[in-house]
Amino acid sequence: MAEVKEVKKEREPLFGKKNRLLITDPLNDSNPITVQVLGICSALAITVKLYPALVMSISVLFVLGAGNVVISLMRNLIPNRIRIIVQLVVVASLVILVDQVLKAFVYDVSKELSVFVGLIITNCIIMGRFEAFALGNTPWKSFLDGVGNAFGYAWILLAVAFFRELLGSGQLFGYQIIPESWYLSEGGFYSNNGMMLLPPMALITVGIIIWVQRAKNTKLIEEN
Amino acid sequence: MDVNKNSYTFSFAAIMVVVVAAILSFAATSLKPMQDNNIRLEKMQNILSSINVEVSRDEAEGIYTDYVKKEMVISNSKEVSGIAAFDVELSKEVVKDPMERNAPLYVAEKEGSTYYIIPLRGKGLWGPIWGYISLESNISTVYGATFDHKAETPGLGAEIKTPAFTDLFPGKEILESDRSFTGIKVMKGNATGEHQVNGISGGTITSVGVEDMITDCMKSYIPYLKANNVAVNLSEIENLVANLEH
Repeated sequence: MAEVKEVKKEREPLFGKKNRLLITDPLNDSNPITVQVLGICSALAITVKLYPALVMSISVLFVLGAGNVVISLMRNLIPNRIRIIVQLVVVASLVILVDQVLKAFVYDVSKELSVFVGLIITNCIIMGRFEAFALGNTPWKSFLDGVGNAFGYAWILLAVAFFRELLGSGQLFGYQIIPESWYLSEGGFYSNNGMMLLPPMALITVGIIIWVQRAKNTKLIEEN
Repeated sequence: MDVNKNSYTFSFAAIMVVVVAAILSFAATSLKPMQDNNIRLEKMQNILSSINVEVSRDEAEGIYTDYVKKEMVISNSKEVSGIAAFDVELSKEVVKDPMERNAPLYVAEKEGSTYYIIPLRGKGLWGPIWGYISLESNISTVYGATFDHKAETPGLGAEIKTPAFTDLFPGKEILESDRSFTGIKVMKGNATGEHQVNGISGGTITSVGVEDMITDCMKSYIPYLKANNVAVNLSEIENLVANLEH
């Protein structure tokens, strides 16, 4: 009984200040993409259009949230020397599981996703959170941390995809936004920027987002 | 318990592998029938889409049998029996010589006209591309086309599956006026005439892949279609009769 009491004393409310910070911090101050510079490869590869970026974000949300919980539950059992392999197995099996379920129930989404399955497994954010957070914290905190980081990743991804799809294809989620009559081929003055479709412009777009973020949030600026 | 002992590490790894393998193989085997059914329905959907009949996946099965009247397999310009056309794995056939292939052919009837639906498979930039192309009863005019891909670049090569590209095909001719085979050339802009379409800018390798795929896959069918094309034979006879009457 004494043990139980002790644990209760330490316990914070589910959405206490510290726990809320786990979700809000990765959105800005410790954003996985713009501050920690993790997961850049997928941010470049799949931000040509908004829809795949959204599907990727949702998949990462699931894998990171669930994976963090699984790792956190096993944190006292995992042998230190093979912990990276254990993390890899957890990510890989979650991703395969998601893929199998999507293929069976929402086939269209799975077709969008199939290309990116490999990318989710190699996404450094996921292994990074397992290693840095879930191995040392309780399941609920790890879950919040996973969800928070996934949102931090998602909003950058969607912001980049928004500009790339709008300027590169004149569309958003596949719907034409720039009026057809503006285009040169229709006698107008406008032309899509084909460069936006290529990976270099994703890097530059991420760079601009980092610039704007640091201009607004001065504590991110390094001393030197 | 010392979690860093060698024996513990080994047994942890062994148990983990067994548990994960069990979960994944259970998931894979129990979901397999649903996945296969999705793939089958999607194939029907694609076949129907090539004769410009758009259906949702759920209704594909019923509507498919309304339109597709005959499925056959052609090898060496002859119809072979004993193989179900729908189950032929095209990926295994396209590596063979065009005449050696077991090439599936679907004959559809729509509003009283006959259409020949030819499945295609070829190489894109990152992986396989495939599709269906339907020919009118004169076996030259393209009636409809649909393409899909495994891993082409979104916004570039992946655009081959959009109507913006597939709508360029209907009305094009795969045969010259002397009825020799030319296929359809995918051009870098400025496509003219009835044997050319514009490719996708930025998706050149995928566009060329589409052109090669059409040329390569058609080869298995053209001799058979020419020899067995009832509609053309009929019109030739009509011409003969008309000439005789003059």
